[in-house]
Amino acid sequence: MTPVQLYVLAGVLLCGLGFAGFLLTSHLLRKLMAFNIMGSGTFLLLVGLAQPNNTPDPVPQALVLTGIVVALAATALALVLMRRWYHLSGRTDLQGGPGD
Amino acid sequence: MKLLLVLIAAVVLTVVLGQTAWQILAQPTPVDLRELVAEAMPDSGVAHPITAVLLNFRSYDTLLEIGVLVVAGMAGLSMRAVAPLEAPAMRTSDTLLQALLRWFVPFLLVLSAYLLWAGSDRSGGAFQAGAVLGATGVLLRLGGVPLDFLRPGLMLRLGLVLGFAVFLLVAVMGAIRGDMFLAYPQEWAGLLIVVIEAALTLSIAMVLVGLFAVAPAQATERDWPSREGKR
Repeated sequence: MTPVQLYVLAGVLLCGLGFAGFLLTSHLLRKLMAFNIMGSGTFLLLVGLAQPNNTPDPVPQALVLTGIVVALAATALALVLMRRWYHLSGRTDLQGGPGD
Repeated sequence: MKLLLVLIAAVVLTVVLGQTAWQILAQPTPVDLRELVAEAMPDSGVAHPITAVLLNFRSYDTLLEIGVLVVAGMAGLSMRAVAPLEAPAMRTSDTLLQALLRWFVPFLLVLSAYLLWAGSDRSGGAFQAGAVLGATGVLLRLGGVPLDFLRPGLMLRLGLVLGFAVFLLVAVMGAIRGDMFLAYPQEWAGLLIVVIEAALTLSIAMVLVGLFAVAPAQATERDWPSREGKR
């Protein structure tokens, strides 16, 4: 197995794991973590696929670099939203709301 | 039942995705972007291909991306209910952290500046530098340093939009000169990229620290009794 195939396999597995975790967990924090695992899988797939002959391609690397920073900011925003939600409703999942 | 369905869906997704990726691997690439980038490198104004892609060849993506970051930062800031800073109960007074801060903060500031400078000819650049600078700010906040510029006000707003504003200004200047939107004049490309990257670094760090700073300690006075009741 070449390193490229290993990256691709790991990326695909991370995507599958994240997807299952995202749907199975109900705690918002876990959902967020699962979603980030899925995102990491996508990044790994994107960078891993784009290096035929073991020389990396700068274009997907630049895309993933911006993607990582955006994912980080989006995660931070999601955490702020979650804390606000918890603050308002006292819940860590999305069943029901403050009105219940 | 739900567990079974989700597991089946996850396995199907994994297999289909894996098969698609495998087929992509087996095919020869129709266009080799590496060659295109290598050919255009002399015009880019920098010596590192990833920086050239980020801030010259695909700078439109990067411009929109810093726009997304600014929006995320503003959304986070608008979400806070009360002034979140110095809730004294939330401060850390860990002596180890305080001692480490004195070592780490200057080191991290230098590291961030180095990463920014290194981006022109080796791995590094605005995003890495911004992430390190943001982490420095988070560390300072954890150590209980007030960081007054994070209060809602002119400094925070300026810091958030600086990167986007400088980038947009350079982009529009190109259009005003009669060139294309986002086209840099050839002889100025290197300098402009450094200026944009410095502004981007500050803004990225500001967004990250800002989001971190609004997340904790949102409790108002009336929440304290109920909080203590939970403990």
